Amino acid sequence: MDNQVDQTSKIIKTIKIDIDKCNGCRACEVICSAFHAMPKYSSNNPARSRIRVIREPLRDVYVPVLAGEYTVSECAGRDKYTIDGKQYEECAFCRASCPSREEFKEPDSGLPLKCDMCEGEDEPLCVKWCLVDALTIEERQEKVEDLEQSLALEDLEIGLESLADKFGMDKIMDVLVRMNEKE
Amino acid sequence: MRFAETGFNLEIDLTRGNIEKIATNSRDTELYLGGLGTNAKILWDRVPPEVEAFSPENLLIFGAGLLCGTPATGCNRTIVTTISPQTKLMAFSMMGGFWAPELKYAGYDKLVLSGKSEKLVYLYIHNDSVEICDASHLKGKGSIETATLLKKELNQPKAQVAAIGMAGENRVYYASIEQGRSSASRGGIGAVMGDKGVKAIVVRGTMDINIAKPLEYMELCNGVLEYIKYREDHPIPGVMPILAGLGSPQEMKVHDEKWHTENFMWGNSRTRRKDFWTKEIEKEWTDTMVNARTRLISCFNCPMECGATLSLPGLPTYMMKCFTKLTYTMGAFSDLDFGLRIAQKATEYGLDGFSAPQVMAFALELLENDILTDDDFPDMPADNEGRFYYLLDKIVRREGIGDILADGTHWAAKKIGKGASKYAHNNIKKHEQLPLKLSMLNPIYFLMYATGEKMNITQIEGQFPQAPFPKKEHREKFCEDWIQVPHEKFKQYFIDWELRGENSIPFYPNVEMTCDIVDWQEMMHYIDDALGQCAGLSSFPLKPPYHIHNYPKFIEAGAGIDMDEEKLTRAAKRYRTLVRAINIRRGMRRKDEKPPANHWKKRFPELEEKLLDGYYKLKGWNDEGIPTKETLDELGLDFVGKDFLARGILKEDESLSGKACTKGQDIVEEKENKSGGPGS
Ligand code: SF4
Ligand code: SF4
Ligand code: SF4
Repeated sequence: MDNQVDQTSKIIKTIKIDIDKCNGCRACEVICSAFHAMPKYSSNNPARSRIRVIREPLRDVYVPVLAGEYTVSECAGRDKYTIDGKQYEECAFCRASCPSREEFKEPDSGLPLKCDMCEGEDEPLCVKWCLVDALTIEERQEKVEDLEQSLALEDLEIGLESLADKFGMDKIMDVLVRMNEKE
Repeated sequence: MRFAETGFNLEIDLTRGNIEKIATNSRDTELYLGGLGTNAKILWDRVPPEVEAFSPENLLIFGAGLLCGTPATGCNRTIVTTISPQTKLMAFSMMGGFWAPELKYAGYDKLVLSGKSEKLVYLYIHNDSVEICDASHLKGKGSIETATLLKKELNQPKAQVAAIGMAGENRVYYASIEQGRSSASRGGIGAVMGDKGVKAIVVRGTMDINIAKPLEYMELCNGVLEYIKYREDHPIPGVMPILAGLGSPQEMKVHDEKWHTENFMWGNSRTRRKDFWTKEIEKEWTDTMVNARTRLISCFNCPMECGATLSLPGLPTYMMKCFTKLTYTMGAFSDLDFGLRIAQKATEYGLDGFSAPQVMAFALELLENDILTDDDFPDMPADNEGRFYYLLDKIVRREGIGDILADGTHWAAKKIGKGASKYAHNNIKKHEQLPLKLSMLNPIYFLMYATGEKMNITQIEGQFPQAPFPKKEHREKFCEDWIQVPHEKFKQYFIDWELRGENSIPFYPNVEMTCDIVDWQEMMHYIDDALGQCAGLSSFPLKPPYHIHNYPKFIEAGAGIDMDEEKLTRAAKRYRTLVRAINIRRGMRRKDEKPPANHWKKRFPELEEKLLDGYYKLKGWNDEGIPTKETLDELGLDFVGKDFLARGILKEDESLSGKACTKGQDIVEEKENKSGGPGS
């Protein structure tokens, strides 16, 4: 399907989240982590998933959140929502991989995670595995400019950026030079 | 590298405070799979029959199933194994929810607790870091309350917590271990946890579980999801709604309780109320449920939503699934609002929802019949509901009469004497059963009740329709896409089964067919319990997505163990036999294998004996229900055979007839007095 789209437009996929339908099963986390394992499906670990279900059954809080952008520093001002009489924690709806919390980071390296809409699959797998339709997909066509390239590089950039924050740009450059020499 | 499993058990000796991570032998996985299978092996090896439930040498094993933590839908069971204070036999109870996968992600297949801690502690397992922490501030706290407090205290909102309430702390013989929306309830394993001084076990894991053949495994998982969707769209026609679909019985969704309220017994499993279900009651109970229910919820990685979050005005929120919805209501002759309210308290206290209301109804029956008197119940309210609350508190605190009732109907009746045993009438192997009293003996259910060592019928039955469909064409239709049968002959058994006439119960299915059917039913439950699969998507419902034909592939692709149907059948038989061996060594014999005398009005003693004979033979057990030397050798359980010979349970020359070996019962009875001690 994607191939037939002409060059100036692109299918934009939106994952719609209906928190009233979520039952907290975390199947979405399971399949996401399996899909992104190397090789594909070779391991499982919800802590590596790019979707997280914020789940507090006793307060009836169920918020599936898809990982968005990486951010260097946490927000200075934050929001607290109350919806239908339920108060949600600060940051509950935020998609950022942010220093203030554990969400959306590789558990061992601490590198940020970002949802890539299951690149290469016909449909996002978390949507496919959510049989109760808390997650559904909506597609629309939109005109865009030459995004392809930048999308491909985006992952790399995010990773590098966070490494740079963690170790400093100089160190990263040092390592790159050394790696280059070895080859 | 190990696949599907982590290859490590976490062993904690509570007496010495010693914590060890032990590498397991992959050969054991091949022979006993995991979960229940390997739990049984550990229990056989390390807990001899002299060890009592409340001895430091008793083990409390939390085993995550072999495939827990993989993407197999519904595979989330923790199999908790120990020696039961109530039955004095091996107890194994399964809990769903989220705990087992979390344990796997923390890097362990099992948690094995031994010894006893002097003061109340909780365990905090976070990947490689394991701590035994003081829990004195949690003493007397509710199970859910404890989980909430600990998650907050440790700042681990994603941790999973299994905890006991006051009932476990005070060693009530039917205390449960509670974990969010799930619990391991049967057999009093919460009492063993309390006896070991462990209030809660907090687990958080962020490590990988590996899959041997990733693409094949994923294809199998997707196949299961597809089949679940298919079954959602194709409920089984002609059976009641809770049996038509998949999942555990959908008690939180279904409002029509005509069948349960009019066919199950009220009070101390005594009274049938045939015209109970009226329009008014239906409306009232539906309102109660709809108002209380905030959301339908699932276990880890499962779409079935068998549980619910319940919030009743004025009470803390809790979670429930299945038939506890009605047990208190019916035990107390009350309504659903009462049932859901008292269940909230009972869940915090951590009590088995099957046994607890029956014990209370039993106590009131003894009072009614002057076996107990008003003096035994000082200050008890006059109304039924008030009395139930009163008894609940007395029992979990082991105060006054509650101290006796806390041992369950069997042992309480013995202590009370004066003919009280007649009122402890609904037990099998000393354990309270579902309140069902029926008319005509059903041979399939007879065998399941008699020989089941899981002690709870819902964990033994399944797959095969509970009754024939009235018309042959419907039965044939049912068989058309019945892919789950291990053998085509089961279809014929069902097609020829009639409601009336020659081919109806009790003599049809005949002995041979009945044995085949029960053997199949039991095997599927045992496989589930080793893999950690919820029975609700496998052994319990009709036409489930998991069955004997795809399970070997799951094991092979997931765990990387060569597997086919024959090998799997043998493995299941091996650890099923080992479970029996553990109980035989603890004194269980043929005479213990019987349903409550009044379970059916019409009994057929001769047929029943034949059924037992036939089943024992099929299983390779002798007349006493003891696995024969040949069977044991053939299954590679020669170490059991040797032990049986050494103990005189089997004799060298008469391994086929064990009639002489009825000594065992004495072992069980002898211990009665020693273990009835007061709670700590
Ligand atoms: S799979 Fe769907 S229902 Fe389950 S936790 Fe994710 S969003 Fe919620
Ligand atoms: S769309 Fe794919 S990558 Fe994004 S959260 Fe869902 S499963 Fe993960
Ligand atoms: S079928 Fe029901 S009980 Fe079983 S795992 Fe799924 S939600 Fe839990």
